[in-house]
Amino acid sequence: MPKRTDIQRILIIGAGPIIISQACEFDYSGTQACKALKSEGFDVILVNSNPATIMTDPEFADRTYIEPVTPAIVAKIIEKERPDALLPTLGGQTGLNTAVEVARMGVLEKFGVEMIGASTDSIKKAEDRDLFRNAMSNIGLRIPKSGITGDMNGAREIAGEIAYPIIVRPSFTLGGTGGGVAYNPEELEHLVKSGLDASLIGQVMLEESVLGWKEYELEVMRDHKDNVVIICSIENVDPMGIHTGDSITVAPAQTLSDKEYQVMRNASIAIMREIGVDTGGSNVQFAINPLNGEMVVIEMNPRVSRSSALASKATGFPIAKIAAKLAVGYTLDEIPNDITGETLASFEPTLDYCVVKVPRWTFEKFPETPDYLTTSMKSVGETMAIGRTFKEALQKGLRSLEIGRHGLGGDGHYPYDPKLYKSGKPTRSDIEQKLANPNSQRIFYLREAILIGIPLETIYKLSGVDPWFLFQISQIVELEQKINQSAQNLSDTQLRLAKEWGFSDIQLAHLTHTSVESIKQRRNNLNIKPVYKLVDTCAAEFKASTPYYYSTYESETEARVSNRDKVMILGGGPNRIGQGIEFDYCCVHASFALREEGFESIMVNSNPETVSTDYDTSDKLYFEPLTLEDVLHIVETEKPMGVIVQFGGQTPLNLAAGLHQADVPILGTQPESIDRAEDRKHFQALLNKLNLVQPANDIALTIEEALKAAEKIGYPVIVRPSYVLGGRAMKIVYDRAGLENFTRLAIMASPGHPVLIDKFVEDAWEVDVDAISDGRTTVIGGIMEHIEEAGVHSGDSACILPPTGITPAFIEQITRATKAMASELKVVGLMNVQFAIKDDQLYVLEVNPRASRTVPFVSKATGVPLAKLATKAMLGRSLEELGLIKEKVPSHLSVKEAVLPFDRFPDVDILLGPEMKSTGEVMGIASDFGAAYAKAQLGAGQNLPTSGTVFISVIDNDKKTVLPVAAKFQEAGFKIVATSGTSKFLREHGISNEMINKISGGRPHVVDAIKSGQIQLVINTSVGGETRRDGYYIRRTALKYKIPYATTIAGGMAFYTAIQALKKSELTVKALQEYN
Amino acid sequence: MDALLALEDGRTFACRSFTGPGEASGEVVFNTSMTGYQEVLTDPSYRGQMVVMTYPLIGNYGVNPADVESERIQVEAFIVREYQSYPSNFRSSGTLADYLKRQGVLGVEHLDTRALTRHIRNTGAMRAVISTQDVGPSALIKRANQIPKMAGQNLAQVVTTLEPYRWQDNRPAYINPDLCLMDHTIWHYRGEKPSVVAFDFGIKFNILRLLSEVGVEVIVVPGFNKAAAVQAMQPDGIFLSNGPGDPEPVTDGIDTIKALLDYRPTFGICLGHQLIGLALGGKTFKLKFGHRGANQPVENLKSGKVEITAQNHGFAVDSETLDDKDVEITHLNLNDNTLEGFRHRKLPIFSVQYHPEASPGPHDARYLFDEFKKLMKRS
Repeated sequence: MPKRTDIQRILIIGAGPIIISQACEFDYSGTQACKALKSEGFDVILVNSNPATIMTDPEFADRTYIEPVTPAIVAKIIEKERPDALLPTLGGQTGLNTAVEVARMGVLEKFGVEMIGASTDSIKKAEDRDLFRNAMSNIGLRIPKSGITGDMNGAREIAGEIAYPIIVRPSFTLGGTGGGVAYNPEELEHLVKSGLDASLIGQVMLEESVLGWKEYELEVMRDHKDNVVIICSIENVDPMGIHTGDSITVAPAQTLSDKEYQVMRNASIAIMREIGVDTGGSNVQFAINPLNGEMVVIEMNPRVSRSSALASKATGFPIAKIAAKLAVGYTLDEIPNDITGETLASFEPTLDYCVVKVPRWTFEKFPETPDYLTTSMKSVGETMAIGRTFKEALQKGLRSLEIGRHGLGGDGHYPYDPKLYKSGKPTRSDIEQKLANPNSQRIFYLREAILIGIPLETIYKLSGVDPWFLFQISQIVELEQKINQSAQNLSDTQLRLAKEWGFSDIQLAHLTHTSVESIKQRRNNLNIKPVYKLVDTCAAEFKASTPYYYSTYESETEARVSNRDKVMILGGGPNRIGQGIEFDYCCVHASFALREEGFESIMVNSNPETVSTDYDTSDKLYFEPLTLEDVLHIVETEKPMGVIVQFGGQTPLNLAAGLHQADVPILGTQPESIDRAEDRKHFQALLNKLNLVQPANDIALTIEEALKAAEKIGYPVIVRPSYVLGGRAMKIVYDRAGLENFTRLAIMASPGHPVLIDKFVEDAWEVDVDAISDGRTTVIGGIMEHIEEAGVHSGDSACILPPTGITPAFIEQITRATKAMASELKVVGLMNVQFAIKDDQLYVLEVNPRASRTVPFVSKATGVPLAKLATKAMLGRSLEELGLIKEKVPSHLSVKEAVLPFDRFPDVDILLGPEMKSTGEVMGIASDFGAAYAKAQLGAGQNLPTSGTVFISVIDNDKKTVLPVAAKFQEAGFKIVATSGTSKFLREHGISNEMINKISGGRPHVVDAIKSGQIQLVINTSVGGETRRDGYYIRRTALKYKIPYATTIAGGMAFYTAIQALKKSELTVKALQEYN
Repeated sequence: MDALLALEDGRTFACRSFTGPGEASGEVVFNTSMTGYQEVLTDPSYRGQMVVMTYPLIGNYGVNPADVESERIQVEAFIVREYQSYPSNFRSSGTLADYLKRQGVLGVEHLDTRALTRHIRNTGAMRAVISTQDVGPSALIKRANQIPKMAGQNLAQVVTTLEPYRWQDNRPAYINPDLCLMDHTIWHYRGEKPSVVAFDFGIKFNILRLLSEVGVEVIVVPGFNKAAAVQAMQPDGIFLSNGPGDPEPVTDGIDTIKALLDYRPTFGICLGHQLIGLALGGKTFKLKFGHRGANQPVENLKSGKVEITAQNHGFAVDSETLDDKDVEITHLNLNDNTLEGFRHRKLPIFSVQYHPEASPGPHDARYLFDEFKKLMKRS
């Protein structure tokens, strides 16, 4: 049956901001779906609050709403746009939950909107554990023994029937928030409580533990004719007990015989039918008892997912695109397979390579949270690697992580700090402990365990990692040891095998005590070079037309090098805090621009979640680690006329020098300029030349130097390492002791590079500027005024465009300074500057001659596609030619707000500081600041109250500035409660309030009040120190009970303005196409 | 141990034996199934062939006594990218290398199997020799050209059972014709279960397992059995099995089928399907490189639904040569539109080119065994 003609307008709900468990993969899926539906002639209406997505580019939908993804807002959009259908399966759990709620509210019925892809009934059946359990038993499948309850007593009862350990899973949540494993009744109480809190419907499930069982996932697709195909099987290297998002996984499944695999396949198909997913893709998870093969069903997601994105990249089968087509009536046998061009989508991809996915964690940003993995997902990104052997793919995946490792081992780095051990090494029992307690470094500890001779059998018992994987790892370790013993006598055969098993030249240089250069030389002499093979969905059975490549060491290369002018774009690698979707957005735009200019675009990236690694985005895709060795190999094959390094964040910038040395042409701003902006001394000279001022500063290579510098500059100072992104290991230090401690960490974070020490300009206003230059003319892309004062990392600070509180004189100064620096640095492409304004002085804090995190936000706010234009400028076009003559200042207001992952990291204070902690961002657009800020808060998950009680507790420094805020809230009819010091101060200044106990002041105290719903808004500032523990508990409680909180005075004031806007009139929605 | 694979067209691949010294020759074909290597090894349809697995890691889950499709390894040699010596699976009872070695079958690894597969895709399945002893390319290439071609060989007669057997307790129970009267008294469940005579041209055990599972009593007879011998047994149905090689030279089989066309409900799979085609006056032809894998999409023309099927064939029936008056095409391959199944318009005969018994592969087409049973009940 061809596509449906009874529907024309389709609403797609996006996933909103990037959070842990919902990252770029939903932009990848959503973008595919938008493209597919538009190309079929449907009108696409899209809602997504995340400006850094490609899907929200105005050309990807007919009506694009950058609005909060909440049921009320979606209802408004439905009322306004009157879609015929709603496709809820592309926006992750957020999209699904929102759709279900909109349906429950009766909105769909009222406006005659049909839910396509999955019905509310089938969504409920899959999501509600009770219904799911019944559904499974209907088809003769078993899920682990379990019970569902809404209260603690019920939990105790159920626990009595299941033996410990017991898994606690909240219903309707993301990535298992609040879930965990209880080994005893005490832990059960704790987990059930947090689980009930985390669940949207106040339910938790207690479940028989299948810890240590083998974990599998199948990606399944079904069309409305009931054709069902399996796209990919995935086996988790880490067993049950670790969230699949935190597990190293491999595709296809490795240790299942056909008999067992077919049982799983049959079960998946039966589940699709029983749950009633009419059309589209689903993910089914299974656990297998390794002792007897007993199979249980873990869960089923009736939507595209992180795993479906991975499966799409792993197989070349575009699940989201096909899902969209199936939703509008096509059947699998009516849709062509893009990759072969000659076959159809109604088949099952077969792989002739091995794919390994490795999660990327950022525990270093949350030192209070122990590095320990559970059923609650903690990773913020992932890499994927493709090889012809597991060993090759694993090592490629590990070096793609960009955590300073160049493979599994033998690279001079360890998963531990040798200084912490007397012998320089952990003991056997230390290692065993690391194997038994899953953690972010466990894969490296497996190597350590093998090295000290712990038998595989024992390692298996401790870790639950299947012996098959352990043996592969032991093979890598053995070869590593042999190479180390051979050293300079390394044989040709060994060298070749090492490359086949994924060893990098850095590892080999280290192991043989030689240099990367000499290893490379030797390889070249022996002609040991990588070949490029195609990902073709069919294991070479059919000719592939889509150039999607991976490298391996074999005999035949399939790279088809054209004689067109080619430009290579280096992507950003795995998502991490500080470097995420914003940079992928820029890379994708670069690719689009290259296409428009008639160049062949070649994308290199290792992140499976992204749009950039969609084989459809660029003319060629190399799914490869972003290391100098891997990139140079591709350069040698493709010989591009230039490489774009300024869009992928710090990752490609770190390669720029090496590429430059190898005579690889860099497009746009040259590495010398990048270095000039990063290098303190050079940069200072540049500013002096331009008569610009920066806060007093110095550099230090040792702690002693740092102390001397700080004395000279005067405390407080900001300390940070150079050549890092996202304020990694950056801190404001108020005294000598703090400086000593922190400098040590900073030196560790970027070894070999100096530590930067800056005067911290207190109470200053920060301004972010994105600009574009063609080398002659510089145009301001956007000036953003931060809401939070200086000292909060720009990535964590809310900001507004255009600025509302900066005088025209300063705007003029900022513009002039930006242009002068762009010209001096010979910027061609994008540049970002951070300024601070204090009293009458403008300070330059930082200049980055590259795309910044705010580029997509600015582009969405102004309608100017900065990254695209910058690419064209790099290709030699002038801005004038491109029609960009002067800054575009929109008449509407756009607010960007950061989204923070604190709910995933128990025990972490939620205060903002110079080290970036946010995972994503949302955008609010309106005609006035209040409404725009309110929308941004709503999008970020903060539901601002319009009445009730405000709790205020601030440090002495902030008492004066909080006065006007308190006065405003009082004027607006809010009741004010405050802790003793603040309460007294407010009263003395004529603001009546009620005193409330601090936690240390006896009960009932403020935390009790929050828990019992007596407080609707929290304004709480802190610098750390003595009041810290009290403030900490207050803030954690607010977070947990989803009470909006401001940890800065400016944030508190912005809340007030937003609340006023909400009181004045209801929020309205407006499509991007109506703005610019 | 170093080895060399030499193709008849002169291309060679250096590789390594993981089963010790040895030599093998045959037609090189590739299989794209990611699981089920033990079933592939023991599938009699691979007789005369050396099989390349396109999935690079083979041996992962070991071998076990249950996952066999016949009583021995049938392939001439096994070619993989990286042999896995350390299997992990609760059913594993040994390694693949030991299994091959015990039966004297050569296994080689460490060659660019994707390059080899692409070569076969582009130039067609071809003859080859692998040797660990004679690793001079020119001599091996010459020997590869001396191997008999697949077309024209009656390999079914090589692999068929010589003695009839009863499928009992999931394994063959051989019948001694001297002690047993091969007539209607041979059936143990007459009246209870339909009785089927299965012609063995290289039958896979899973066909027999599934026939038993749907409640059919099966006696397997040699492929060269004459029509009269079958008629003496008075079965309720006739099954024609899969098997290796070219169908055209299997003339005795074709003659027998012709003689039995209007005798009893008949179901054929793979070679059995091709033989029915030939018996009905159709023609067969050799495919360039065949269909071997577990992901072949087949459309059931009656239901309009797609089945993902297991396949293993190098020859196919040319649908143009079948008489539309007698034959209705029921299944088509969606990849290349080749004939995948037909039924006789007047007689209770149907057959499929693919393997509904899978093993290895998806179970989408198992309904055909029920249909066979129903057909016998109706007649």
